[in-house]
Amino acid sequence: MSFNLFYHFGRYVSMMGQALTRPEKFSMYWKETIRQMEAIGVGSVIIVVLISIFIGAVSALQFCYQLDGQLIPMYYVGYIVRDLAIIESAPTITCLVLAGKVGSNIAAEIGGMRQKEHIDAMEIMGVNTAAYLITPKVVAAIVVIPMLVTIGAFVGIIGGYLASVPAGYLTDMEYMRGLRAYFEPYNVFIMYVKSITFAFLITSISSYFGYYVTGGSIELGKASTNAVVIGNIFVLAGDYFIALLLT
Amino acid sequence: MIRVENIYKSFDGNEVLKGISHDFFPGKTNLVIGRSGSGKTVLLKILVGLMAPTSGRVWYDKIDFSTLDKKEIREIRMQVGMLFQGSALFDSLTVEQNIRFPLDMFTNWTTREKLDRVNYCLERVNLAGVNSKFPSATSGWMQKRVGIARAIVLKPKYLFCDEPNSGLDPKTALLIDELIQDITYENQITTIVNTHDMNSVMEVGDNVMLLSGGEIAWTGNKEEVIASDNAVLQDFIFASPFLKRLRVDALEQQKNSRESK
Repeated sequence: MSFNLFYHFGRYVSMMGQALTRPEKFSMYWKETIRQMEAIGVGSVIIVVLISIFIGAVSALQFCYQLDGQLIPMYYVGYIVRDLAIIESAPTITCLVLAGKVGSNIAAEIGGMRQKEHIDAMEIMGVNTAAYLITPKVVAAIVVIPMLVTIGAFVGIIGGYLASVPAGYLTDMEYMRGLRAYFEPYNVFIMYVKSITFAFLITSISSYFGYYVTGGSIELGKASTNAVVIGNIFVLAGDYFIALLLT
Repeated sequence: MIRVENIYKSFDGNEVLKGISHDFFPGKTNLVIGRSGSGKTVLLKILVGLMAPTSGRVWYDKIDFSTLDKKEIREIRMQVGMLFQGSALFDSLTVEQNIRFPLDMFTNWTTREKLDRVNYCLERVNLAGVNSKFPSATSGWMQKRVGIARAIVLKPKYLFCDEPNSGLDPKTALLIDELIQDITYENQITTIVNTHDMNSVMEVGDNVMLLSGGEIAWTGNKEEVIASDNAVLQDFIFASPFLKRLRVDALEQQKNSRESK
């Protein structure tokens, strides 16, 4: 794959510049944003809950195993599961999964519209297509993905509880004590910074690959795959830089 | 009126349009005809600004379209309607929502006013009562009509049609041609139709431009087609031996009627 980084970056910036302009009609954009919130948010709750509960459960079991027979008190399991969920697993893992689900969906939707001349039709009508097709998705994602991440964090902690307490690795009181121990509200701030950044990256990158798709169904498939792969890479790179800057 | 001046367009060194200059008049059905790959669609895309020419100018009345920025192009486009080859109707919207889309986006009309305009456009294309159908539940010719209704809903000054007859039987194709011509005459709009359908040329060709190999091979109107001795035109319009025989018969009839007078 020939991948001219500067060419793609320049085109991405130009597209986003076009997308982030004043809407022709606010009510149309609002309607589309609500539709996208439903598609991205409601449509992703189940997968986020499932993934988060298992990651929380596995984290708890792993730490129970690691701490077994050590001098470290077992209530640390609750503390570690909580911070892991808030700082890392809820925002990053959730967004990696959403980059796959939402990212491929957006790239396919916009790419399909490009191929069926829907985008050209809107252009001819005088619609700013980059703004109408991309901005509502980005705004919707920035609103609903932090909500999904919050749900993911809660469910992850519950998953940790369900895997460790009923199995007898630690008591109910120990887990609760761990959850309350050394709590840093700043970590929640990091979680929201990550989720908002990742929401923007996932939607804008996948929109880019869909918006500029050319050719037929094979190219559309490639665009969808690229949206997921590049989206995931940027989520992981963003995760690193946010960790570097904020911790 | 739309005027093109010395339009050149090339892709990776391959010249697709070679110095096209032509006037498209208001109140006339202006046809751009030519074989597949002759550059018709590229020219249409340049005319509506979906593609930039390598060189040359496009004038919308007295406005040089080639020098406009994106915002100014959008303002011009609000006076433009276009029927796409595949109709380009939005799948997730009903027929009514498709036609209403430009009204929702660009007008502050009340819901009642929008509905009245949508119903008028649907009646104009002889499709009253299909408001709640989705494009997937309609046939090809209905989609073309809905496409025309959507194209005229904002009362455009310029109407572009890219191969409006493709995929239609000859009878239905003729009805679509007549509809486009009627709308053009009624509203005195500048209509440009891309086609390779010889029936369209003979029925609605008020101002015909034949493209061949990226150059203008012939210009004229439907009355001049049969009598023209332009080899490229005759080869295109009367492509089959049967049609060639028909032309010879028609010319003989014309000659006989002139002699009898």
